[in-house]
Amino acid sequence: MLTRALALAALIAGSLLLATLLARRNGRARAVRSDDRLTADDLGSPLGTTATFVQFSSRTCAPCRTVRRTLADVTAARPDLVHVEVDAESRLDLVRRYQVLATPTVLVLDAAGIPRQRLRGTPHPVQLRLALATVAPEPSPHEETR
Amino acid sequence: MTDPNSTSTSPTTSPVPPAGTGAAGGGIDPRGPRFAAAVTAAVLAVVVLTAGVWLLAAQVAVFAVGSLFGVRHAPYGQVYRLLVRPRLGPPSELEDPAPPRFAQTVGLAVTGAALVAALLGVPFAVEVGAGLAFVAAFLNAVVGLCLGCELYLVLARARARVA
Repeated sequence: MLTRALALAALIAGSLLLATLLARRNGRARAVRSDDRLTADDLGSPLGTTATFVQFSSRTCAPCRTVRRTLADVTAARPDLVHVEVDAESRLDLVRRYQVLATPTVLVLDAAGIPRQRLRGTPHPVQLRLALATVAPEPSPHEETR
Repeated sequence: MTDPNSTSTSPTTSPVPPAGTGAAGGGIDPRGPRFAAAVTAAVLAVVVLTAGVWLLAAQVAVFAVGSLFGVRHAPYGQVYRLLVRPRLGPPSELEDPAPPRFAQTVGLAVTGAALVAALLGVPFAVEVGAGLAFVAAFLNAVVGLCLGCELYLVLARARARVA
């Protein structure tokens, strides 16, 4: 019984550690080293003149809905930003091309359609805005209503 | 009794309409699956502590009901609805029941395999299977980890490779 109790304690400790690691990685932006452009044809939508948020979603993905809302908020008053949602299962070509491992994943493209930042999980709006600032550092001529 | 989610903004452009919005198939209180995950984790912890095959079998049955009939009709979901929910305020939003249901299917697969292995005499099958399912249930209860999101693409890519 003691060994089992120890095993359970190890399981709980391991789970807590895993939970902490996952929580820290959640929504964090990582730089993408790629020159593989995404075009409007690839996405079925025009690109943003400043940046484009490409959200990969899937059917059994509750956080995808949260990310959809967050991105809608971030891009709401910015006509120079575009939010495109891609159903990962029907676009496995893009999934493989950009090595999308799980959903939700957001790729932030620059004005040329080159992915520059990748965010996995549910980013806080601040994390998305920071990623945007990294991709498009020039101040926008449009006013943000927040 | 519950208000449908009234604010739902859609993206500026969406070439492939994403399936599974909150209200599709009737949205559910997102606290229900979290509660069920907590109960599941507790049950699986006891299975690990006692190597209880019967308790494992009972949990397999619970997963099966949730997988086949949806989380609303699953035993822990019923307990939530009847005993816990009346004591809480209304949910701030509803969620799609498909992801929690997929998680039940994954739980069924893992614990079902462990049960079969245990009945075939494989040593430690009960503990290993229950332990794996415990971690998933624990993470879901504590940090709301969406296992379906992590696995769905892996499975989809594997299926596409096989096809």
